[in-house]
Amino acid sequence: MTDHKEKSPEATLIDPANTADASSKISRRTALKTLAVGAGAVAATGTLPGLLGPAQAQSAEPIRIGFQVHRTGIGAAYGRWYDRTTEAVVKRINAEGGINGRPIEIVAEDDGTDPKRGAEVVEKFASQHKCDLAFGTLFSHVVFGSAPRAGELKIPYFVVSEGHHVASGKLNRYTLQPGITDVKSQVEAMAPFISENLGKKVTMIYPDFAFGHDHRDYFSLAFENQGGEILEKIAIPPTETSFTKYFPKIPRDTEVIYHVMVGPAVLTFVKELGEFFGASKPEIFGFIDSLEAVDLASPGLEFLEGTYFWEGNPRYAQEDQSEFDKVYREAVGVDANGASISDSKDVSTYAHMFGCWETLYVVKAGMEAAGYKGVEDRQKLIEAVESMSAMPHSFEHPQGAKIFNGKTHQTFGHQYISKVEGGKLMVVHTTSIEDTMYEDEVDYTKQAF
Amino acid sequence: MEFGPYLFIATLEGAITAAVLALTAVGLSIVFGIMRVVNVAHGEFFMLGAVIAWWITSLIGGHPALGFIVALIVAPILVGLLAIVCDHLVLRRINYDPERTIVATIGLLYVIQQTTLMTFGPEARPIEAPFNKRIALPWFEYGESGFALTWPWGLSTTTYKLAVIGAAVFILLLLWVLMTRTRLGLIMRATQLDSEMAQAHAIPVNKVYALVFGLGAGLAALGAVLVVPIQQAHYLMGGDPLLLSFIVVIIGGLGSVPGTILAAVLIGLSDGIISVFFTPTLAKIIATLAVAFVLVFRPQGLFGKAEQ
Repeated sequence: MTDHKEKSPEATLIDPANTADASSKISRRTALKTLAVGAGAVAATGTLPGLLGPAQAQSAEPIRIGFQVHRTGIGAAYGRWYDRTTEAVVKRINAEGGINGRPIEIVAEDDGTDPKRGAEVVEKFASQHKCDLAFGTLFSHVVFGSAPRAGELKIPYFVVSEGHHVASGKLNRYTLQPGITDVKSQVEAMAPFISENLGKKVTMIYPDFAFGHDHRDYFSLAFENQGGEILEKIAIPPTETSFTKYFPKIPRDTEVIYHVMVGPAVLTFVKELGEFFGASKPEIFGFIDSLEAVDLASPGLEFLEGTYFWEGNPRYAQEDQSEFDKVYREAVGVDANGASISDSKDVSTYAHMFGCWETLYVVKAGMEAAGYKGVEDRQKLIEAVESMSAMPHSFEHPQGAKIFNGKTHQTFGHQYISKVEGGKLMVVHTTSIEDTMYEDEVDYTKQAF
Repeated sequence: MEFGPYLFIATLEGAITAAVLALTAVGLSIVFGIMRVVNVAHGEFFMLGAVIAWWITSLIGGHPALGFIVALIVAPILVGLLAIVCDHLVLRRINYDPERTIVATIGLLYVIQQTTLMTFGPEARPIEAPFNKRIALPWFEYGESGFALTWPWGLSTTTYKLAVIGAAVFILLLLWVLMTRTRLGLIMRATQLDSEMAQAHAIPVNKVYALVFGLGAGLAALGAVLVVPIQQAHYLMGGDPLLLSFIVVIIGGLGSVPGTILAAVLIGLSDGIISVFFTPTLAKIIATLAVAFVLVFRPQGLFGKAEQ
C-alpha cells in the first residue's frame, strides 16, 4: 500500500526539496492537496501509538480484580471493612511491584448482600469490566447465587465467605476459598473445647440461612461425636429485629448456649439474650459473628464477661502478637482494640477481614507461578492455586499458617477461642490446623474447565 | 419454659409491637381518613424518626436520658416539617389525586431511603435507652401449699419496654383529646367529612392537609424514637412498619382511629404470640390472610362506615 502512495503524484508534493519551490508559487489547488496530505499524516501518527500500544504497555497494564462487596444490605458492616482491607493489601502489593510487574486495579461493585444482584455483579466483571477474576464475597447466600454464573462465564471466583459450600462440592472448579477457613472446620475444632470445658447439654441459636445451617449440621454432628447432646436448635431469620420472643424455647436444663448471629441487629440479639437470662445464665459460647463490628463496651453487654467466643483472628492485640499481625493491623488502620484508628466507635470485622488480605496474596502467588498474562491464562491460574499446599505464617498470611487443599479448594488454619476478661477478648486456646481437618467431600481437580 | 410464663412473655413482647404499631398506623390512618392519600412513604418517615434520634443523641452526649428526651421532642417535629414540605412540593401539585399520590409517595419512599443510605450509611446504629433495668417477673403456681409465687427462669422484661407501652397509650390519649376536644380537631373532622363544604365555611383546607400530613409523619417518627433504644436505627427499618400499618389500617377500617388502635393491638399481640409458639413467617401469613378476609367479607374494615 505504501509503495503505491509513494509513487502517486501527491506524494511528490511533500518532498522536502520541492517545498520551497511549492510555497513560492502556491496555488489554491496545491494548497488543498498539501492540507489533505498533512491531515493524512496527522491521522497516521495518531493511530501509530494505538498500533504499538499493546506491545509497549504489556508489562504495565493493570491486573483488574472485580471486587464483589456488600456495601449495602445486611452485610454492610462486613463490606466496609472488607473494602478497607482490600485497599490496604492492594496498596502493599503494588508498592512491592505488583503481580509479575503489573499493578492491581480493583473494580468494586456493590452486590447489596443479595444473591440475585451478586450473580449480576459477577457477570458485569466478566463481560463489561473485563476483569481477570472476581473476588471478595462474604455472605454465603450471595456466594451460592453467584458461583454458578462465575462457572458459566469461566471467570475465577475467589470467595472470602467461611461457608462450607466450597468444600462441600456444591460449587464448581472456578470457585476457590484459599484465604479463610470454613464453618465445618471451625465448629469441629470447637466441639471438643465446649464439651470438655463448658458442658454437655447445648442449645444452639443460629441464623436461618445457608451459613447458619452449616453451624447447625456440622456442630451438632461433631458435638454428638464428643458425647454431648443438642437440646434445641433455634433458627432466627437474619433480617429479624427483636429476639426475646425466641428465647423461651431454650430448655431449662441447658448447660451451654451456642450462639451465632448475623445482620444489622446483632447487638440487639446479644443484649436481649442477656436481659432474658439475668443473673442465672448458663455458660455461653458464641461465634464472634454475633458481635462483629460491635463495640464490646456497648451498654447491655456487661453480662458477656466470662463468656467464650470463637474468633477467626483475635480482635484485641494479644500479648504475644506476631510481627505479621502488627504490620497487617497498622496497614488496615485498626488499633489494638480492633477499632478504626480514626474512630474508636468504628469496630472492625477483625475475625473475617484478614481473608481479603490473604486471598489477594494467594492470587499474586498463583499468577506468578502460572506466568499469568491475561484472561487466556485463567485456567493456568486455577491450576497453580490448586497445586498450593502449605502457607506459612508470614506478612502474606498474618492470621496464621494455613494448609490449602487443592482438591476441595478450601484452606485450613488455626482457630482461636477467647474469653471476655475485663471487657476484652483474651485468647485462651488456639487449635492446631489438624484439629480442623476433615475428609475430602469433593475433588474439583477432576472436573473439566 | 412452661406454658403459662411462656404465653405471658409472648404477650408482653406482642404488647410492645402493638404499642409502636398503634402509633405508626394511626398516623397512616388519619392521613388517609382526612386527605384520602395512601402514603406509601409512611415507613420512611418512621425510619427517619429513628435516624434523626440517633443523630441527636450522638450530638448531645452526656447522660443518655438527656439526648433521648430532646430526640423525643425534636425528631417528630423535624420529620413532621419535612412531611409538610413534601406535601407542599409534591402532593398539592398533583391535587391529592388518589392514584397519582400513590405513585408520588412511592417516589418519596425511594428518595428518602436512598438519601439516608448516602448520608447516614448502611449500618445499624444503637441508641442507649434512658433507663433500662431488667425486671424478673413473678408467676403464680398452684402447688401443694396452695397458691405460691414463683420466679420462673427467663420470665422477665425491662423497665424501658414497659415504658414504651405506657408512652404509646399516653400519646394516643393525647391524640384522642386533640381530635375530639379541641377546635383543631373539629376542623380536621370537618375536613374529613366533606372538604368542599369545609372550604365553603372558610376552613383553609390546604393548610389542614399540610398539618395532617405532618402530624401523620410525626406520629410515625414518635413511634420510631420510642422503639429505637430496643431495635437500633437502620435505613431499611421502614419496610416492616409500613406493611404492618397497612394491614392494621385495612383491618381497622380506613380512616377510623379507634378501629386502627384495636387492630394494632390484635395484630401486635398475635404477631408476638404466633412468632413465639410457631414462626414469625406464620404470623405474617396469618395477618395477611386476615386482611384478605376483611377485604372480602367486610371491605370497610371492622370500624369503618360502608360507602353510602
